[in-house]
Amino acid sequence: MSERFLEVLDPGPACTVQDLGRVGYQAIGVPHSGALDALALRLANALVGNDADAAGLEFRLVGPSLCITGGPSLIAVAGPATGRLSGPEGSAVTPIRVDPWRSYRMEDGWALSLEPEGTCFGYVAISGGVAVSPFLGSRATYHRAGFGGHEGRPLAAGDRLPLGPDNRSVRPLQLRSPPEISEGPIRVIPGPQAEYFTEAAWKTFLTADYRVSREADRMGVRLEGKTLEHDPNLGADIVSDGLADGAIQVPGSGLPIVLLVDRQTVGGYPKIAVVASVDLRRFAALGPGDAVSFRKISVDDAEQALIAREQRVAELIANMVEARSPGWIDVAALWTANIAGEAVSGLHDDRGDGHR
Amino acid sequence: MSAEPRILDLGDSAISVEFGQIVDPAVHRRVMGLNAAIVNALDDGRLVGVIETVPTIRSLTIHYDPLRRRRADLLEQLQPLIAEAGELQISGKKWRIPVCYENDCAPDLQAVSEQTGLPPATVVERHSSAAYTVFMLGFMPGFGFLGGLPASLALPRLTNPRTRVPARSVAMTGQMCAIYPAESPGGWRLIGRTPIEMFDPHHGDSPCLLAPGDAVRFVPVTRVEFDALRAEVEAGAFSRERLVAEDPDE
Repeated sequence: MSERFLEVLDPGPACTVQDLGRVGYQAIGVPHSGALDALALRLANALVGNDADAAGLEFRLVGPSLCITGGPSLIAVAGPATGRLSGPEGSAVTPIRVDPWRSYRMEDGWALSLEPEGTCFGYVAISGGVAVSPFLGSRATYHRAGFGGHEGRPLAAGDRLPLGPDNRSVRPLQLRSPPEISEGPIRVIPGPQAEYFTEAAWKTFLTADYRVSREADRMGVRLEGKTLEHDPNLGADIVSDGLADGAIQVPGSGLPIVLLVDRQTVGGYPKIAVVASVDLRRFAALGPGDAVSFRKISVDDAEQALIAREQRVAELIANMVEARSPGWIDVAALWTANIAGEAVSGLHDDRGDGHR
Repeated sequence: MSAEPRILDLGDSAISVEFGQIVDPAVHRRVMGLNAAIVNALDDGRLVGVIETVPTIRSLTIHYDPLRRRRADLLEQLQPLIAEAGELQISGKKWRIPVCYENDCAPDLQAVSEQTGLPPATVVERHSSAAYTVFMLGFMPGFGFLGGLPASLALPRLTNPRTRVPARSVAMTGQMCAIYPAESPGGWRLIGRTPIEMFDPHHGDSPCLLAPGDAVRFVPVTRVEFDALRAEVEAGAFSRERLVAEDPDE
């Protein structure tokens, strides 16, 4: 069996190799990185027969175009994105529409192009996974320090990435329904410096509408809106202590910053709250101008929400079905019929509310 | 008897055990004592679900998987470890790190001089004659927080943090000193630059030069010496071992 490679034709503005992240190196200042929406990557991996932690491509704003050589592959797109499969230049293959949450077979030399319009965020998983060399136990790209992924940076046109051996017996699969989209205020747990904020600040934090500023990336999202006042006796500086994904720090400016997977490992600003794990993935899809509000819950409620969500994800994966097309000739029509005929209307929500 | 540590929620997947809120070597020894106890328990296969620990100067953050371990259950198992953990004085290598304190390597030296009322040469002299200890690594890969800055050099952070601190800048604020391993935003005061890499992804032993417990002294070098050392580092011809102090008592 020949080796397969992924060739980047057009990476889009921000496409990186990500897996489920780097574990065990925060004590030397290395963030865990990995997929911003780990659930989406896990589902994409399941659809192509990969282990949950196989590396795929994460894209933002505009999706990539890529070609796979060396043999047939399965690919799946996760997130609010659609695309197109086409044969090698000059071939007679009719382009095939690609929808998220199902896998497609790509023949040797075929190309996948994600639509530039309507796409804001998502993952591409390829059978066998992207097999770049792991660094500190992970293939996740951490661009700020220039390691992981492919040469420690976002992908560029012309990059050629090795793919791992895949499970050839897997046929194209689809989820019975797309994963749920949480709505309403983001659930948060009061943080380790909750008492650094006045009662008025807490009331504002839990009632005001914030907007995502232009300063939003994999490291964190700065919010704009009403400022939060620190207790004047305690101030806005602490001796640095540990951080977690979703920690919401409030520096002297009074505007909250939600920290994400490429965050620093320790920080010197008071943390008013921490986003519940179950709602963290919602930040992956937020862009400048999007509205954010917060609701307080207990650790116990956050655990229960997460456990219940994981149960539903396990069911989604256990109940995957073979993609219902006779080949890949008329997938678009079948998929449309499927949307009309079954309870997968969530797909439309997926592209609308919450995803710009 | 030291104060009881506080156990703080850090979301639903981490807790911080806080031993104090200030920079104090005794507090740090308690953090490292508990860290050692937890690492031991992990090595013995106890503490199911704990993923990693992050010791800081004043607290220990414990990251765990809430799908494998509920909070209440984890706390119950941690209680005796927290109650029994003692202080741990860690020690490590002794580094002598070359620093150029001249001109564009030291963009804040003049302002530091004005605000401390000390001539620039005195600032450099005090900064480079102090003995520092690495309390912790954090913020970014290989970024060490060094305690031991002379009180006469203590100044608050910049009011307007820089959006771009050059890589390998030697910086200070409050009671702390640090070297930025890579370019980054930052609000510390920049009084020098080293030609040495603080984080080398390809280094065989550890990507980080510094480790908690290491001792550090800064050795002033001229711009010409800085450039020569930098050229060696970039050519891959510089060994970290050259920075280890020869005098064991130093």
